[in-house]
Amino acid sequence: MKVAPFHYHAPASKQEALDLLAHYEPEDARILAGGQSLIPMMAFRLARPGHLIDINRIPGLHGIDLRGDAIYIGAIARHAAFEKPIEPGPTGRLLADVAAAIGHAPIRSRGTFCGSLANADPASEWCMTATALGARMRIEKSGALRELEASEFFFGIMTTALEADEMLTGLTLPRLPADARHGFYETSRRAGDFALGAALAIYRLQDGRMQDARIVLAGAEPHPRRLADAEACLNGEVPSDAAFRAAAEAAANAIDPLTDGQVDAGLRCDIARAVCHRALLRSLA
Amino acid sequence: MKQPYHLQVNGRDCAVEAEPRKILADVLREDCGLTGTHIGCEHGVCGACTILLDGKPVRSCLVFGIQAQGADIRTVEGLADGDELHPLQQAFMEHHALQCGFCTPGFLMLGAALWESGAKPTEAELQALLSSNLCRCTGYGNIQKAIASALDARDQAPKRSGEGAP
Amino acid sequence: MNAVLGRRVTRLEDRPLLTGCGRFAGDMVFEGQLYMRIARATCAHGRIAAMHLDAAKALPGVVAIWAGDDIADLPPIDFRDPAATALAPYRQTILARERVRYIGEPVVAIFATDAYIAEDAAELIEIEYDEYPVTLDASGPLGEFAPGLQTEPIMLEQGYGDIAAAFARAHAVIELTLKIGRHSGVPLETRGAIGRYDAANDILELHGAAKVPHRNQEAMARFFGRDHAHLHLHEGHVGGGFGIRGELYPEDFLVCLAALRLGRPVKWIEDRREHLMAANHSREQEHHIRAAIDKDGVVLGLEDEFFHDQGAYIRTHGARVVDLTIGMLPGPYRIPAYRAKGHMRLTNKTPAATYRSPGRYEGSFVRERLMDAVAGRLGLDPIIVRQRNLVPKDAMPYARGLGALGTDVVLDSGDYAGLLDKALKRFDWRGRQAAIQARRAKGEYVGLGICMFVEKSGLGPKDGARIGVLPDGGIEIVTGSASLGQGVETALAQIAADTLGVDYRSIRVIHGQTDRIPYGIGAHASRATVLTGNATHQAAILLRETIMKAAADLLQLPVASLLIRDSIVSAREGGHGPSISLRDLAVQMPDALHSEGWFHTDHMTYPYGVHLAQVCLDAETCLTKVESYLVAYDVGRAVNPAMVEGQIAGGFAQGLGGALYEEFRYDERGEPLSVTFADYLIPTLHEVPALDILVTEDAPSPLNPLGIKGAGEGGCTGVGAAIASAVADALQKPEAVKTLPITPQRLRNMLRGPA
Repeated sequence: MKVAPFHYHAPASKQEALDLLAHYEPEDARILAGGQSLIPMMAFRLARPGHLIDINRIPGLHGIDLRGDAIYIGAIARHAAFEKPIEPGPTGRLLADVAAAIGHAPIRSRGTFCGSLANADPASEWCMTATALGARMRIEKSGALRELEASEFFFGIMTTALEADEMLTGLTLPRLPADARHGFYETSRRAGDFALGAALAIYRLQDGRMQDARIVLAGAEPHPRRLADAEACLNGEVPSDAAFRAAAEAAANAIDPLTDGQVDAGLRCDIARAVCHRALLRSLA
Repeated sequence: MKQPYHLQVNGRDCAVEAEPRKILADVLREDCGLTGTHIGCEHGVCGACTILLDGKPVRSCLVFGIQAQGADIRTVEGLADGDELHPLQQAFMEHHALQCGFCTPGFLMLGAALWESGAKPTEAELQALLSSNLCRCTGYGNIQKAIASALDARDQAPKRSGEGAP
Repeated sequence: MNAVLGRRVTRLEDRPLLTGCGRFAGDMVFEGQLYMRIARATCAHGRIAAMHLDAAKALPGVVAIWAGDDIADLPPIDFRDPAATALAPYRQTILARERVRYIGEPVVAIFATDAYIAEDAAELIEIEYDEYPVTLDASGPLGEFAPGLQTEPIMLEQGYGDIAAAFARAHAVIELTLKIGRHSGVPLETRGAIGRYDAANDILELHGAAKVPHRNQEAMARFFGRDHAHLHLHEGHVGGGFGIRGELYPEDFLVCLAALRLGRPVKWIEDRREHLMAANHSREQEHHIRAAIDKDGVVLGLEDEFFHDQGAYIRTHGARVVDLTIGMLPGPYRIPAYRAKGHMRLTNKTPAATYRSPGRYEGSFVRERLMDAVAGRLGLDPIIVRQRNLVPKDAMPYARGLGALGTDVVLDSGDYAGLLDKALKRFDWRGRQAAIQARRAKGEYVGLGICMFVEKSGLGPKDGARIGVLPDGGIEIVTGSASLGQGVETALAQIAADTLGVDYRSIRVIHGQTDRIPYGIGAHASRATVLTGNATHQAAILLRETIMKAAADLLQLPVASLLIRDSIVSAREGGHGPSISLRDLAVQMPDALHSEGWFHTDHMTYPYGVHLAQVCLDAETCLTKVESYLVAYDVGRAVNPAMVEGQIAGGFAQGLGGALYEEFRYDERGEPLSVTFADYLIPTLHEVPALDILVTEDAPSPLNPLGIKGAGEGGCTGVGAAIASAVADALQKPEAVKTLPITPQRLRNMLRGPA
């Protein structure tokens, strides 16, 4: 399981990285961020890029910027950076809850938020989070910048809107309002494994009633999306187990369940229902 | 194509000449002569190759050696002080926390990350951290006990030395 | 006596392992070494139609590439022990010839200057296959292994008693079909082997040996046609064995052959993906069991027919697992009439062999599911059903009327009912039952499970050990035992120290080096401590006599007045009399202070155990959580209780893997699906619950002077059975659990399916 040969580049600036990517894109140039998904793929020789463009030494990509209305997350911000709330508000707490469920500590100290999004594993916690929070992706290539909403970014299993010459250089997460509540729940065969199912539920509590509900699952479908039917079960309701159960049922009914040799559609829906319900219960904690 | 570079391992300089594709675990073992870092899966699941990179535990099979230039790298060989075992190593021996010893360096480095951070994990936090590595011999219970007891001793040590102070 | 035997001392093995100074196969470097890489079959069953090797041969750094034709003069890998001639055609050659039979089978060997280059070369090799139909179900229709050879090489059958009469007078007959999943030892260190040829002395060396170096020396000597004196095996540190490591595999022969032919040391380190498709698998069986019972739940007769999925070839163990399954299946119960048929079937999967508790993990699952079914049918307490069937203490020794591993199964000693009582009390079984009722009333799925079993250990015929005083006064024990991490050095040192009156830490234990001692039983099937331990004990007694006689002469004192304490021989009475240290004695009498001890045995010794489990099922996500677990195990006598507990705890974690997580799965064309650690799920700390261990010494073995029974396997044996029992109890469906491992999908089918 030795990695196939590649040319290694360690650009000192983002511009240089984008230029390298543009130049070597026909030879399968890949960005190396945390490497916690890419390097195993290379070890199995399922990925064999001709050029690796290591962005870990580029100043300015590591940061998390809290100054604006939205939180800005740079391309090399590691999972571990979110383990303690990055800000006192509900967004910081939500990100900390989710971060703790990503892999294991040694993976979190290396892997990156943006890398997870670019990799787009169906079970990715950050893809689910970005979708729920309405992240805006900053996509750059040599000489061009475009921005996409999370809802426009994920296409399918490990497939995104990113072109081969493009790099996800960062993203912005709109802050949750102060009255936002969230609940997150994940289940997996073993600690740290890819989720059999995970759910993130967010709503605003106004006059004792839920508004602006957002429900997104991970590990349930090829890519995360807002589950409007489930959200509709919450909006205008008082938080209650009955409302939560209705939303969970709607979520289970709404998904096009991922199946494999280990999990059939029925089980996947059962898990989706359970994690959704439990995430909502945690919103009360 | 091999490239020359330098690594700082356990406080020492190590001159390396290796292809960029060589993972850090292989570089440490073959080019730095430090075979205490073991390779159990080469895809980041077993944790046998866990080392400290700038004080944080990482899988050295999921970092290329060339990426670790300039970082402070710590391996199991750097734990003991001459003949004197590190308290974590001593605790592993006393608690029968190893059998074949293959996973041991990885678990010791997880423990070392905690030891050096000064963190005092709850039982659940310690379990969560240690569940990142696989052991096939011990069933884990003694590993958890050994690390917990070493951390307890660490936290009690300053108290003891302070007792004699005015 | 220092009374170190039986104490929880720290291990002699630990220091190098803690400091990164271990010497595992991967750590060894020989001047000029080449790296071997194996190109493996990508087709589960087919004829090799064409091989394209030129691109790989042309790669700079590649020194040689061999296919089957290049080594066609070499025989297949033989069985370690004599085996039925019917098995011989099913042995594996070291590289495939004409036909491949599993994905992962070695087809081409590449030798290069660097492991990365060797893998680059392997990737350039193209092999074309004409595909044949695959056989993946061992209980299905027979397939073709080769022209004229079907996929059932042998069916073993044993029994005793009047089975027809038992069924004729039965109050009820219970029939179950039960399956155990394919899983294996999967040590954390993958396999590794380094072949080296010492031309100056004409000695071929294999480094990275494990488990049974001397037996493997015999086999390799036969294979290469070399005398023992010119072929040596060397064991370094070994990262876990569990039965699968240390068997001879194609790669072991290839590195030696290449060292001879290429004139350079050749190193091979298996990668994890290879390991999961090439190292021995184990366990996969399907049983069809029938029991005749009376109205009280007493089993009158037991009839079992099972299909053992051997995988693609028969490896070094021959039909051992089938044999053990049959011989040990009745466990601790009387079972007046018994008949078992085991079909050994070949399939297009990785070859299978022994893994910790071979045949007993499987048989215990089957037997204990049956006991639960008996209780369920008759509405009886499953504990009471078991109690009614146990072999009583006063029936010991109890001849089973069965054989296993070429010996008669004679249960040597044991108080099965007594251990059950102790275990139930310790676990607070009755208290837990009450608590569970309360939780069930709230809608929880909670259950208690039990497995009772008999293990076996200490298979002979014999082992020897040499012990001597070194010039520095230290003691050296030279054995042909093997260390797989179980602490054999410490155990043997404790045994010798106890007799000799020296600090166990002053003893060095040599093992796994065929050039240091010409014989050795190795370390397998829980026998190292029984055989080598008793041989060491005998050698230490003899050495003590020699030391005493020598010291008595020098000190002018009668032997009876002397004792040895802390390596000093002195008068028993008072502290001021004459004395002499072992070191001085060794200087005065060089070459005199050594001895050799032997232990012979015709029978195995049978430790026994009880596993009790409490599980909680998540009825929504279909995950099973083990809340509490007790292993009670009688080992006759524990040399080091901390090490016995270590064996049990580690065995338990492996058993838990087979019960809930670990499974080698295949798709319909024989493609292995569990070839990463993200797919083959070894339990982590998070999944392994706190384990309670009760080690008892109630029934020392009458078959050896130390009274020892082997402790290596009983932590594992009953886990699949006990967890299945607990899950069935939680479901309130005594017969629901029919298959291991209990995955979420299988649990869902049980939860939502009919009763």
